[in-house]
Amino acid sequence: MNTQNSLGAETAVRPLLPETRTVTLRVNGTTHQLQLAPWTSVLDALREHLQLTGTKKGCDHGQCGACTVLLNGKRINSCLTLAVMQENKEITTVEGLAQNGELHPVQQAFIDHDAFQCGYCTPGQICSVIGLVNEGKAKTLDDIKDLMSGNVCRCGAYVNIVKVAQEALEKNTGL
Amino acid sequence: MRPFTFTQSQDVDTAVQEVSKEGAKFIAGGTNLLDLMKIDVMSPSHLVDITQIALDTIEETEAGGIRLGALAKNADTAYHELVETRYPLLSHAILAGATAQLRNMATDGGNLLQRTRCYYFYDTHTPCNKREPGSGCSAIQGYNRDLAILGTSEHCIATHPSDMCVALAALEATVQVTGKNGARSIPFANFHRLPGDTPHLDSNLQPDEIITAIELPANGFATHYTYLKLRDRASYAFALVSVAAALELEGNTVKEARIALGGVAHKPWRVPQAEALLHGQQATRENFQKVAEAYLEGAKGFGHNDFKIELAKRAIVRALEQATKKEATA
Repeated sequence: MNTQNSLGAETAVRPLLPETRTVTLRVNGTTHQLQLAPWTSVLDALREHLQLTGTKKGCDHGQCGACTVLLNGKRINSCLTLAVMQENKEITTVEGLAQNGELHPVQQAFIDHDAFQCGYCTPGQICSVIGLVNEGKAKTLDDIKDLMSGNVCRCGAYVNIVKVAQEALEKNTGL
Repeated sequence: MRPFTFTQSQDVDTAVQEVSKEGAKFIAGGTNLLDLMKIDVMSPSHLVDITQIALDTIEETEAGGIRLGALAKNADTAYHELVETRYPLLSHAILAGATAQLRNMATDGGNLLQRTRCYYFYDTHTPCNKREPGSGCSAIQGYNRDLAILGTSEHCIATHPSDMCVALAALEATVQVTGKNGARSIPFANFHRLPGDTPHLDSNLQPDEIITAIELPANGFATHYTYLKLRDRASYAFALVSVAAALELEGNTVKEARIALGGVAHKPWRVPQAEALLHGQQATRENFQKVAEAYLEGAKGFGHNDFKIELAKRAIVRALEQATKKEATA
């Protein structure tokens, strides 16, 4: 299945225009059918196709954690996974955390502890703290710091973010 | 990202057929592949999603060891009861790498197939024999602080980035693969390659082959072990030097010693004849220093990374001392 390119060399067939397919995503308890190109990341599907812009694009390479969402309750980098590979799994974004007009306890704790400045990393940090609680592996302060290392805060609000994580672990405020 | 076509395989045989197509690659966790596709270092024209194949089980083998399904997640592996209790060296090594998010996504098979983090491999504006065979190596004369000191060639001084693989090398795992010609088992020492004059080839896995499992022998060295990782920050950084050390002791006499180094070569570095220097000897600092000297024999720095030679020697001694005292991590 090869073609000749303009230089006469053989190249594998590569689609030039977006070739979309129907992708069924479960986001914050709602099922969505989207027409997506296979190279659409979960992050881009959320932001550009579902207008859920709470999840942020920082580095787009899995280094900063701003895009952190929960997939079946576990933290992932939504920038490094394809939407087409996450059909029928439960995706939870920062928009899905408040219930009946009440902030999720971890959201409230970010306010109570003044755990952000510019706020850009905050949705990812909140999802990551909830994932930390769900995963149940952090026992010490050092564990928290290590298991939260995938979320960068350029303002340097780490001291208070760690306080939020400590409180969330004590109160077991997962998802 | 360059456009590509996409299919999902439900079984190993279909996956092997699909990946044999021109320009095709497997995708599982995707954490490394998609990162590299975004910057055009890798550009498959067809992706074969293998995550629906039932290869994520972790179970005991008839030989008394364990089998890690290739699609088991790194986090699920590190926190699995069998791994935590019988192969704690592996558990510690996995948790020393990446972040919680990445470990929740990345698979065990994919961990083996990670590409190097050499800066020049990532920078498509510079020559790199691994990315573009024959273009030259920018690292040898360039900034090479993170790069290899053992087993290098004039064509490439890249390192293998995995922590998990360093433990798997020490534990003498085998890699189970299936291709068009059937299944075979590859001893871990033969899985990854040295760069030689083919630095574009990271491993001996053939283009039509899929990793189905990683098997560990019965002895997990669960009493005297350590994974020591030295790096520029305490979490989420690649190793400058890492050491997986495992000892079988009778009193203070070494019955068996396993040492593997990470961050220093194109593959996890083992020197069995240097390990053998410890057999039947006392577990003392002096003897550990002799082993460390033997382990780094032939090491060569490239300027910025000269410090790694001494660092690796000291790390080996410290790791062996920690393993003797049952101190698991540093």
